Amino acid sequence: MIAALTRLGQSVLDPLARLGRANLFFLRLLGALSFLLQRPGLLVKQLHTVGVLSLPIILVSGLFVGMVLGLQGYANLVDFGATSSLGTVVALSLIRELGPVLTALLYAGRAGSALTAGIGLMKATEQLASMQMMAVDPFQRVLAPRFLAGFIAVPLLTGIFTAVGILGGYLVAVVQLGVDGGAFWAQMQAKVHFFTDVVNGVVFKSLAFGVAANWIALFEGYEAQPTSEGISLATTRTVVSTSLAVLGLDFLLTALMFGVW
Amino acid sequence: MSVIASPFDPASPGGDPLVTARGLSFHRGDRIIFQDVDLDIPRGRITAIMGPSGAGKTTLLRLISGQIRPDAGRIEVDGACIHELGRRELYHLRKRMGMLFQSGALFTDLSVFDNVAFPLREHTRLPDHLIRTLVLMKLESVGLRGARELMPAELSGGMARRVALARAIALDPMMILYDEPFAGQDPISMGVLIKLIRTLNDALGLTSIIVSHDVKETAAIADYLYLMSDGRVMEHGAPEALGRSTSPWVAQFMRALPDGPVSFHYPAPPYPADLLASAAA
Repeated sequence: MIAALTRLGQSVLDPLARLGRANLFFLRLLGALSFLLQRPGLLVKQLHTVGVLSLPIILVSGLFVGMVLGLQGYANLVDFGATSSLGTVVALSLIRELGPVLTALLYAGRAGSALTAGIGLMKATEQLASMQMMAVDPFQRVLAPRFLAGFIAVPLLTGIFTAVGILGGYLVAVVQLGVDGGAFWAQMQAKVHFFTDVVNGVVFKSLAFGVAANWIALFEGYEAQPTSEGISLATTRTVVSTSLAVLGLDFLLTALMFGVW
Repeated sequence: MSVIASPFDPASPGGDPLVTARGLSFHRGDRIIFQDVDLDIPRGRITAIMGPSGAGKTTLLRLISGQIRPDAGRIEVDGACIHELGRRELYHLRKRMGMLFQSGALFTDLSVFDNVAFPLREHTRLPDHLIRTLVLMKLESVGLRGARELMPAELSGGMARRVALARAIALDPMMILYDEPFAGQDPISMGVLIKLIRTLNDALGLTSIIVSHDVKETAAIADYLYLMSDGRVMEHGAPEALGRSTSPWVAQFMRALPDGPVSFHYPAPPYPADLLASAAA
């Protein structure tokens, strides 16, 4: 009985303690960001690693998602003779939801998992400990540049994903299916609002997703057990936790931004 | 315990200890790693901490370097209580300490040259040509000047440790901590490391602490030995004195005997009873 109660208590306390550690980790991360003013080169290197190297998957995925939206939209709108609204459908879907969410999910799978594995490996091979022994703070030298680079990269990748997606929708709808090009762009221009849609969707959402994805990835790597199994588990947890966090955040932000609540 | 000269005997050279531990206790979960341990590391000497696997040797290094805090007791390094220092003061002290990790812990994305240059670039504002001169000097001292363009993945285990040693002495520290420096080394690499540790200690006036369970190699270069087991110091003294010790535990450890006070068998019920039980089942 006592043992069962202990286990129950432990199962509540352990996640709470982990949440507390994650918050302390985040605060320390924020505190270390000012170091990058002295060493901007560290940020540039990480921007290349997490941003530029994520471009291929973002470009290809964005193009296909836009093309699928064009096809699906056309198949449904053609029955009502409303194919001229296809530009609006594609653009609003991408700008408000699919762009930020899918970019964050793809980022978690490509860059987030790599961040976790990289930090976990540095921990397992005592590189972080040796850095501390050389009086170099890993939060400043290793974690902060990765966090800030990811925070900057996610909104930029979201913008690129969305733009390429709209281009994909245009290619299918206008070039392939014969929808009027003028109507495609004019409807989009009339119905998509800069602040309500672009700033809320592409900018604010992707900034929030960028914080969540990079925080989770770095924390999981830093907390990983220093074994191959531990790193593997941490990498899996990064992808799962980031996906859930992004989808949950998306619901909350959508409700707040678009005035449903 | 036999009476053996203490390293902190004022009459002996190096009597002013660089590291002192008093009443040191540390545990992990229910397991006691150290219980009320007193320890002194004399300046300018090579002191070895030896003991069987799981005796807490690496933990002791981590305590001395302030990577973890003791549950009770006090550790002083050069007069500063290391576990009471703030991060800034701790890092300031660590600039005067080097550590050779068991794995070498080289940065895998940096070349040999950049690994050795790392602490110099982080903590000094020296121009590049001076950093190059210093790095080549350190690499020359470990015999790897010619390997400066290689990446860590291209190095053998012994070479990686020599590069790590060059990096550890980059800032000319007062003390170097060696975590199992001989583990997994071939005889030639081991000979090179033994020579390097002794030579660097004497040439640079360092204080060296070696954690190891390689009795022969460690006793060959250490000035003083601490033998640890079961959370306490079992014996300490000069290697020759410990070699003559009448203590059965010390004799078993120093001569690598398979049986003795540390039993060959893990605690178990009597063997015949076990066999009969399985027959009855």
